[in-house]
Amino acid sequence: MCGIVGIYLKTKKFENKLGKMLSGMLNNMESRGPDSAGFAIYKNSDKSEYKYSLCINNLDFKKFKKDISKKIKKLKLNQYSDHVIIKTTETPKKFINFMTKEFPEVSIVGYGHSIEIFKQVGNPKEVVKKFNLESFSGTHGIGHTRMATESAITTDGSHPYSTGEDECLVHNGSLSNHNNLRRELRKKGNTFTSENDTEVAAGYVSNSLSNNNSLKNTLVSGLKDLDGFYTFIAGTRKGFAVVRDEIACKPAVIAETKNYVAIASEFQAMAHLPDVNNAKIFEPEPGIVYSWGN
Amino acid sequence: MKLDLKKLKLRKVNEQLQNIDRKINDRSFTIINPEGNHAVCAGLTEELNINIKGHVGYYCAGMNQKANITVDGNVGTGVAENMMSGKVHVKGNASQSAGATAHGGLLIIDGDASSRCGISMKGVDIVVKGSVGHMSGFMSQSGNLVVCGDAGEALGDSLYETNIYIKGKVKSLGADCVEKKMDKKHIKKLRLLLKEADINNQKAESFKRYGSARKLYNFKIDNISNY
Repeated sequence: MCGIVGIYLKTKKFENKLGKMLSGMLNNMESRGPDSAGFAIYKNSDKSEYKYSLCINNLDFKKFKKDISKKIKKLKLNQYSDHVIIKTTETPKKFINFMTKEFPEVSIVGYGHSIEIFKQVGNPKEVVKKFNLESFSGTHGIGHTRMATESAITTDGSHPYSTGEDECLVHNGSLSNHNNLRRELRKKGNTFTSENDTEVAAGYVSNSLSNNNSLKNTLVSGLKDLDGFYTFIAGTRKGFAVVRDEIACKPAVIAETKNYVAIASEFQAMAHLPDVNNAKIFEPEPGIVYSWGN
Repeated sequence: MKLDLKKLKLRKVNEQLQNIDRKINDRSFTIINPEGNHAVCAGLTEELNINIKGHVGYYCAGMNQKANITVDGNVGTGVAENMMSGKVHVKGNASQSAGATAHGGLLIIDGDASSRCGISMKGVDIVVKGSVGHMSGFMSQSGNLVVCGDAGEALGDSLYETNIYIKGKVKSLGADCVEKKMDKKHIKKLRLLLKEADINNQKAESFKRYGSARKLYNFKIDNISNY
């Protein structure tokens, strides 16, 4: 099963309430995915520095802070339970290499100028509370509640998957050609940290975007290249896009008002959103890419 | 009587509606704040008038018998699935598999219905004022599916004896589904259904009828590519 949710703010009105809106959506999708949950929040970006979202697992935060501060001079750390957001001017290639070498027990769950990602195993309501999602502000956000099917219940197996700068992907469904595609993408230089099918789809999107294809065109090509059942929400710095496979077994419903666009697996995820009963509510049609902000 | 799903548990509301005493005269209910809940008004067996104010989730009015249920909003997957009798009227749009496997009664959808509308229907009458998505009428066995708008891909794939009436365009027909002649009895039935759905601006004669070519009923080696 799995539940996916997303919210894109068309105006500034709800920017301070983005976390609250998204947490309500995730809480309401608990029934579709009780195994793990995660979310990506996009905030106005500061181009002068990068943000790295890390899961430090069982490391002691104080010790980690002390150790990393010795090696990288200019950096700011913010702790959210077992996740840490690091702000630094270090570039991704250099920083990721450094982390893999110096702190192999730390997982890098995402990076970019705008994105912050949090994901963990456990009941969505607990995960949302643990990371204090309600307190977040931002321009758009994407979330996922997971009912694990084809790979283990771990942090690495949780969504959203981020395989490129300020990119992320959540998925309801399953892919049948992910092993082949993973091999092909590895040959092209992509790296994968899990056996999960969605990570392959995220890698596919990143690969295409890095070849200067638009998000919309990438997802249109994906309809041919990704075999299986899916509703995807793909996020970038500017916005997000939604696509369902041609068979469209996996549900999705969109609510659009003058202030926001919300998407969820089921309407009940957005029943609490402001003015939703007057929103334009529709189902994304099979095989059509819907995009906002990009 | 007003039932507020913000204050009352869905299971309690359904239990109450499923166990209405036959001797009670007050048989009208309004359900408010459904907030996308699933299985609202599922399994009702009595003659009741129910008005649901807002959007509901999956399987609304499933297995309905005799009750007259109106949804003032959109419905999720499988509205009126396996309905036996009664009437379900959706004023908004319906998600996939509307009226799936339903044996009887009338399902009216004012907006659009998405994919697989009337899948495996077994006698229900479904009237959609908008359009229907792909694979509508898939393996449908009996009853009538009326669509005032367009139909998506593979309409009526592998259908048996359901009559499908479409006013607009059909993207493609499914296996063994063909256009058929509109006889007087079909026009008469369609007029009746349009009237029941309160549709006054459509002429029965302007619809096209689709049904089974009956070539897939029994195994034939010549049809192997269609199975």
